[in-house]
Amino acid sequence: MSANLAAILYLVSGVLFIQALRGLSSPETARKGNLYGMAGMAIAILTTLLSIQLSFGALVLILGGLALGGTAGAVIARRIAMTAMPQLVAAFHSLVGLAAVFVAAAALYAPEAFSINNADGSLHMQSLIELSLGVFIGAVTFSGSVIAFAKLNGNMSGKPIMLPMRHFINLGLIGAAVVLVFMLGGTGGVGASAHTLFWALTIVAFVFGVLLIIPIGGADMPVVVSMLNSYSGWAAAALGFTLENTALLITGALVGSSGAILSYIMCKGMNRSFISVIMGGFGETAAAAEDDGVERTVKRGAAEDAAFIMKNAGKVIIVPGYGMAVAQAQHALKEMANLLKEEGVEVKYAIHPVAGRMPGHMNVLLAEADVPYDDVFELEDINSEFGSADVAFVIGANDVTNPAAEDDPSSPIYGMPVLQVWNAGTVMFIKRSLGAGYAGIENPLFFRDNTMMLLMDAKKMVEEINKAL
Amino acid sequence: MLAIATAVSVDPFVFRLAIFTLACFVGYFVVWSVTPALHTPLMAVTNAISSVIIVGALIAASAHAFMGSDAEVKAAFGMTRFFGFIAIALASVNIFGGFLVTQRMLAMYKKKG
Repeated sequence: MSANLAAILYLVSGVLFIQALRGLSSPETARKGNLYGMAGMAIAILTTLLSIQLSFGALVLILGGLALGGTAGAVIARRIAMTAMPQLVAAFHSLVGLAAVFVAAAALYAPEAFSINNADGSLHMQSLIELSLGVFIGAVTFSGSVIAFAKLNGNMSGKPIMLPMRHFINLGLIGAAVVLVFMLGGTGGVGASAHTLFWALTIVAFVFGVLLIIPIGGADMPVVVSMLNSYSGWAAAALGFTLENTALLITGALVGSSGAILSYIMCKGMNRSFISVIMGGFGETAAAAEDDGVERTVKRGAAEDAAFIMKNAGKVIIVPGYGMAVAQAQHALKEMANLLKEEGVEVKYAIHPVAGRMPGHMNVLLAEADVPYDDVFELEDINSEFGSADVAFVIGANDVTNPAAEDDPSSPIYGMPVLQVWNAGTVMFIKRSLGAGYAGIENPLFFRDNTMMLLMDAKKMVEEINKAL
Repeated sequence: MLAIATAVSVDPFVFRLAIFTLACFVGYFVVWSVTPALHTPLMAVTNAISSVIIVGALIAASAHAFMGSDAEVKAAFGMTRFFGFIAIALASVNIFGGFLVTQRMLAMYKKKG
């Protein structure tokens, strides 16, 4: 295939990727968009295969790699529980990062194969810098995502790990990386010393990625996942420059800006600056302010009480949080909504932007339980409706309903947009215990007169309510 | 004449930079129009498409040293093919896993009634 035809086909594949994201503007067009994405990928892979000289050995390697990875991917995609999506996405990010590291390594070891060498076999300085950027971002994405995966999957505590002098260590690592890139540039990318410098740079980036994520607390995980999404895109884009490949350039830019926008939305949802999330440590100090010695009483309720109130309500707004996902209560919840609808109750769902462990996580879980998406509303669309609701049914959420965010300037979450559930006639909280939320902050709503605490496992409680209905 | 001709030719890098910059803007506008309800599928599908990095891996896996290259170069090409194989396998996990899990999620989104 001629180089020009190949370049045009890569452009087509880039445009199809844009279409794939464009489709996600509504659930109706999204499925078609996904098919565009698959077509774009198929075109990119076939174009590459037709542009290179394939020996039998190479074909075995390529088909072997595709079969091995493809089977693993397909099996994972089929089996993964929707509650585990955040971990899966973190794991996928790490794979993109690692693939970027190996592609960059390949370009350094055999620049002739990628036609980025000078006549004497050395690499262009520009290619070396692009390649170094690609490997650095790729390696940071890899190790950072591995840590994010471990935290999300529970292999590692969600508590922030604060190393002493960590800012200096990080600055030192960045300095070391810059020096290594310069030294690599000095070798022209040729010989064993260039290879050693390359791997040294990779290791520095691995360490940097780990140190970047360990101080970030569990409550900030939605930002971390989005941020690593962005990095995986920038790594691809950097290599797109090295490989002079339009599809890679366009995709890298798309994914990079996508992750950046999601990080921004998540930060805004928590009223936190991106810098303060990166600096980490959120959720560590807040717990100290918990016990002020004042004995306060809560009104506890039973399933029958809750069922009675909701049956006689005109409008119920359900506020799901990560606790619902942990308890796997979404199917029982959907049944409850159906029972209430049969009684003539209007039922809606309200979703906070940072509910769950990643952007949009709650929506997927509700969709899995067959909740129609037009019953599900975003914070800004539904917040004014709590005043006209008889019941706000909070299941497994806490911090995102905390009024302290609006009226207590000393609260760590002050200024964060919250769902104003307290405007509803009755607020029902399903929780396992009276403990503080994920961010370690006490919720004053628990002690209000119109609040009813339903202290039990979310799934069991909803099932009992269903029985009583 | 020759000097003038080379002076006006633009480094191809600049064209790539232009594509990249414009694609960043396209990404910005396209992603803002994604409904928040589909942010999880968005992340899954971006995982899948960023694995288009597989094109680099395919080139690496098929790298051949020229005839008569010395042993060191041959060894480096051997490593390159190995790196390519690993990267193909890693990216394939994402390509198949990312698109299929997105499809699975999107199939669950249903309208009322």
